[in-house]
Order: sequence, then C-alpha cells, then structure tokens
Amino acid sequence: MIDDAKARDETPPWLAGAQPKSEDGRITINFGPQHPAAHGVLRLVLELDGEVVTRVDPQVGLLHRGTEKLIERKTYLQAIPYFDRLDYVSPMNQEHAFCLAAERLIGLEVPKRGQYVRVLYCEIGRLLSHLLNITTQANDVGALTPILWGFEEREKLMVFYERACGARLHSAYFRVGGVHQDLPQQLIDDIYEFTRSFPKVLDDIEILLTENRVFKQRNVDIGKVSRKDAEAWGMSGPMLRSAGVAWDIRRAQPYECYNDFDFKIPVGKNGDCYDRYLIRMEEMRQANRIMQQCIEKMPSGPVSSTDHKVVPPRRAEMKKSMEALIHHFKLYTEGFHVPPGEVYVGVEAPKGEFGVYLVADGSNRPYRCKIRTPSFLHMAALEFLTKGHMLADVSAVIGTIDIVFGEVDR
Amino acid sequence: MTVDFATLADRIVSSLQGAVTGTKVAYGELSVQAEAAEIVRVITFLRDDPACEFKVLVDLCGNDWPQRQRRFDVVYHLLSLTKNCRIRVKVQVDEVTSVPTITGVHPSAQWFEREAHDMYGMVFEGNPDLRRLLTDYGFQGHPLRKDFPVTGFVELRYDDDLKRVVYQPVQLVQEYRDFDFMSPWEGAPHILPGDEKAAMAPGAASGDPGKKP
Repeated sequence: MIDDAKARDETPPWLAGAQPKSEDGRITINFGPQHPAAHGVLRLVLELDGEVVTRVDPQVGLLHRGTEKLIERKTYLQAIPYFDRLDYVSPMNQEHAFCLAAERLIGLEVPKRGQYVRVLYCEIGRLLSHLLNITTQANDVGALTPILWGFEEREKLMVFYERACGARLHSAYFRVGGVHQDLPQQLIDDIYEFTRSFPKVLDDIEILLTENRVFKQRNVDIGKVSRKDAEAWGMSGPMLRSAGVAWDIRRAQPYECYNDFDFKIPVGKNGDCYDRYLIRMEEMRQANRIMQQCIEKMPSGPVSSTDHKVVPPRRAEMKKSMEALIHHFKLYTEGFHVPPGEVYVGVEAPKGEFGVYLVADGSNRPYRCKIRTPSFLHMAALEFLTKGHMLADVSAVIGTIDIVFGEVDR
Repeated sequence: MTVDFATLADRIVSSLQGAVTGTKVAYGELSVQAEAAEIVRVITFLRDDPACEFKVLVDLCGNDWPQRQRRFDVVYHLLSLTKNCRIRVKVQVDEVTSVPTITGVHPSAQWFEREAHDMYGMVFEGNPDLRRLLTDYGFQGHPLRKDFPVTGFVELRYDDDLKRVVYQPVQLVQEYRDFDFMSPWEGAPHILPGDEKAAMAPGAASGDPGKKP
C-alpha cells in the first residue's frame, strides 16, 4: 500500500517550508515525543518567537491502537479489558462507562452491593489519577518531593486493586451486570483504614505545594480558561469546574448510586492552573469521603446480576446444575446478545467526562463503540491554552490539563 | 434530567423546517435526524436557542452502514449545561458528498472532524485543517470502515540491512479467526429447498420464507 521510500523522503506537510529559523526570527522546535514533561508520547511542533509560543501543533496518534476497531470484533465481555488501556491511571472508571452503556441497552439492573463496590473502586481510581497528576505536575514545575509521597499512596491503592481483581493496573474487574467477584471483608476493612489515614497525606502534600512561592509563580494565571471558552472547547471535569461551572455528572445526571452519598463539588474562580490544582486536591478529599460512606453503608447481597443470560453463574453452581454449565459455556464462547439500539453514556472520570456511544445491532458484538475521552478535547484545546505563554509554561499547562495518551490516541 | 423531550422535539422540528427530518426518543435520549447540508443551521440553532442552549459539543463521530445508500452517519452529541440535557443529532452522507464543517459553531469540532475524516473518509467542507489525526504519516485507507480488515494491509518491521523501519504487506501465519456464532436454535432462518417459492406464490400470507404458515 505504501511506497516506503517515498514516505521517508517526502517532507512531511506540517514541515513544508519550515526552517529552524525563519526570516522573522521565529524558531520551530520539536517538543517530545520523548520528553519527561510530555506525559507520554506527545509530540508538539512549537513555533517560538524568542521564548513566547506563537503556534502549537500537537502530533498525536503515536499510541493509536485501533481500540474502537478491535472492539467491533470482540464480544461485549472481551471488549472490557480494552477500556483499562485507555486512561491507564484510572482504569475502572472507564470500564464503568462501557458496562453502564451495555446495561442500559439490555435493561439490566445491578444489585445494590455491586453498585457500591463499583463506586468504591471508581473513587479509588479518582485518587489514583489525581495523585499522579498533581504530583507529576508539581515535578514538572520543579518540586520533587510530592511525587515520592504521592506514589507511596498510589502503591497502597494499587494493592487494593490487586486484592480485588488480581491485577494492579489492567483490572478488568467490572462486568456487564455488576463486578467480577465479591470483596473479602478484610479488604474492605483495610480500605477503611486507608481512608482514615489518607487525609493526613493530603495535608502533607498541601503544606509542600499550596502556599509554595515557586509553585504559585509557575501556576497562578497560567493557562486561563473562561466559562465561554471552556464550553466552546468542550472541556469537562476539573478543567470546566476551574472556570466556575458547577458541573459534575455524578451530581447533575446521577448514575449508579451516587445519589446515596453526601459529597461536595469544588468549583474554581479563575480558571488557571492553580485553581485546577486546588480543585483536584479537594476532589481527593471528597472522593475519600465517598469511599468512607460507601464502606459504612455497604449492603450485603450479590455483587452482580443473577440474570444468567448475561452474567455467568458461580463456579460452585456449575458443579451441580446442568443449566448453569450450559450458561457458562454459552457466555464464554458466544457471549450475550444485546438488543439493537444506540445509547450514549457519560461518566465523571477523574479527567472529565468519559463517554461511550454504543451502537448494537442485536448480535453478540458491538456494531460501533465510539469512545469519547476528556483528554482528547483538552489536547485539542492545547494551542488555545498555551498561545502567548512562555515555553516553560507549556509543560505546566500540559501537566494540569491532565492528559494520558492511552485515551487521546485510543 | 428535567427537560420534557416531547416539547423540546416539537420546538426543534417546528423551528427547523426542512432541516430536521425526524426525532426519536429511546433509552431516555433524544435523537434528531437532520439533513447533512443543513447541519450548520441545526447546530447553531441548538446552541443559541434559549430553550435549548446546547453549548457543549460532547462528541462527534462517524458510523458506517455499507448496505445503505448513503452509507455514513455523522453523529453529533450535544450537552446543555444550563438545561441539564443531552441531544444526539445524526446526518446521513455518502462517500462523495461532503458535510459542512461546524468548526465555526464549536471550535472543539476541529479535532473530531479530523478524526472522523481519518477513520471514515468523509469530507468536512470548510474545515481549515482537515489532516489525518491518529493514523501514521502517509497512511492510506480509512480504518474504521466496515470493509477495512482488522489486520490492515501493511505491517511494520525493522529492517536490519536498511537500518530503519519499513512497511511491508501483511503476512499472516494463520488466518485471523472469525467465529460464526449462528445458532440453529435462534436467528438462522430455516429455509428448506423450494421454500422460497411459497412466498412468491399468489396469495402467500407471509413474506418470510422461513416462517411456518
């Protein structure tokens, strides 16, 4: 298909006519794809006037794996692990969107305990993502200690992931109809123990950063967005809230059992990098509260639906029941069929609105599964955010828009 | 969600005569079918009308139905933060006609349109920068079309003689597995030889040859 000699020799269109330094004294430089502040495989072609950025052209797609195409070829169960690999710092939040979409098409009800376990793990995902984001962004602007403290906590949270599903990162724990397995009581107690000690760690990180002079100089009034801009560029999550919009899907269009919990939505005033940092800090405290309430109110009962046309039976049942054996065989070979229709489900992932637009044609495979990721839109707005800023601010902005390339490129 | 979909749909249909061809409410979501040539008018109305205020473009994507005359769908998902409501707008388009761009209405559509163009090959007329977005430099074809194989046509390999990465046609040791889940108990039509004549016979009750009279 491709004449590779031609592809190699041809000057890429985005560099046509570009020289390292043009007549008006502007410099074109390459930022990434291997740059510690690029948070993954981001390649930016930057045009600089002195140290001021005049043009930003992000070159994304280096991590494109064709997730949507692959999902079209897999059964609904086999599609779930692909969602872990999108935003790999908060995998379960994304499985959640897909499971909710399929459940809405099937009309399946998740038992209360299943919903609570899901919410508990989604909030752990929020902590994982925000801890990574805040500490690495602080690292980008020159603070080394927070990353060490934050990663110590992330390690504990990953152990909770591992104890629930056997994997630290790519959990594949949520299922259409509930979650894969119940949590042992010891694990629930340990998570509760963690939620009691965690606010102390947040206090420590705040002492290092919130009033830190260098940190404020690097973040206050950098990458400002107004409400109008945030809407026009389709921003969501902390980016939108920093612009003063009180919008959180967990509150506005509650899904799962978020209505059962008491939590607050932090909203910013100035829409700059510093506000986004403060919002994420507060969101972690609120997530911690949700986790505590979740454990206190945790109901008993099954963790996944008992409709065995969708959810496979327990192993013990299969030893006794012929029908359970048939269900197991059919579900793990053919999978369940989803009635024709289309739904869009958006969830409040740590980075913003993560949505799945699922089109089913009545077969055992999704006809189309469009994945709408918050990072994609935030990345698209990067030129708008950084134009006119200094080169060093680019990495501060990339840090706070919270991008993960697994989900930009899909 | 507090918005009454029926009144909202009525308002959209009556205000956008000739541009909207149908509305549908399913699974608690409002879906609007629109004419491709009128999409800018539709999206602008939805953004500016005080009863709608769909100011956020949540998603824009393509979909492929190869058996249809106009094979592509372009699907717009919009969100109103003030009315706490979502809407889906769909237009149909074929391979040669283009869709007007909505980057003038929502700047965030820029990358979405690039992605849809990359994946399906539909052209967004007026888009200032319709380059490919996610696929490789120099990539050919549109990978999310239903007639594009999952394996693609080319694969990458490091050539030790040339000391660089080269493209070559895909060579599969084993054919890509594609299971047929057609079950004799459900779905498959039971057609016995000669059954098709029954439907064609004068006064046939049912058009389905598989159905027992």
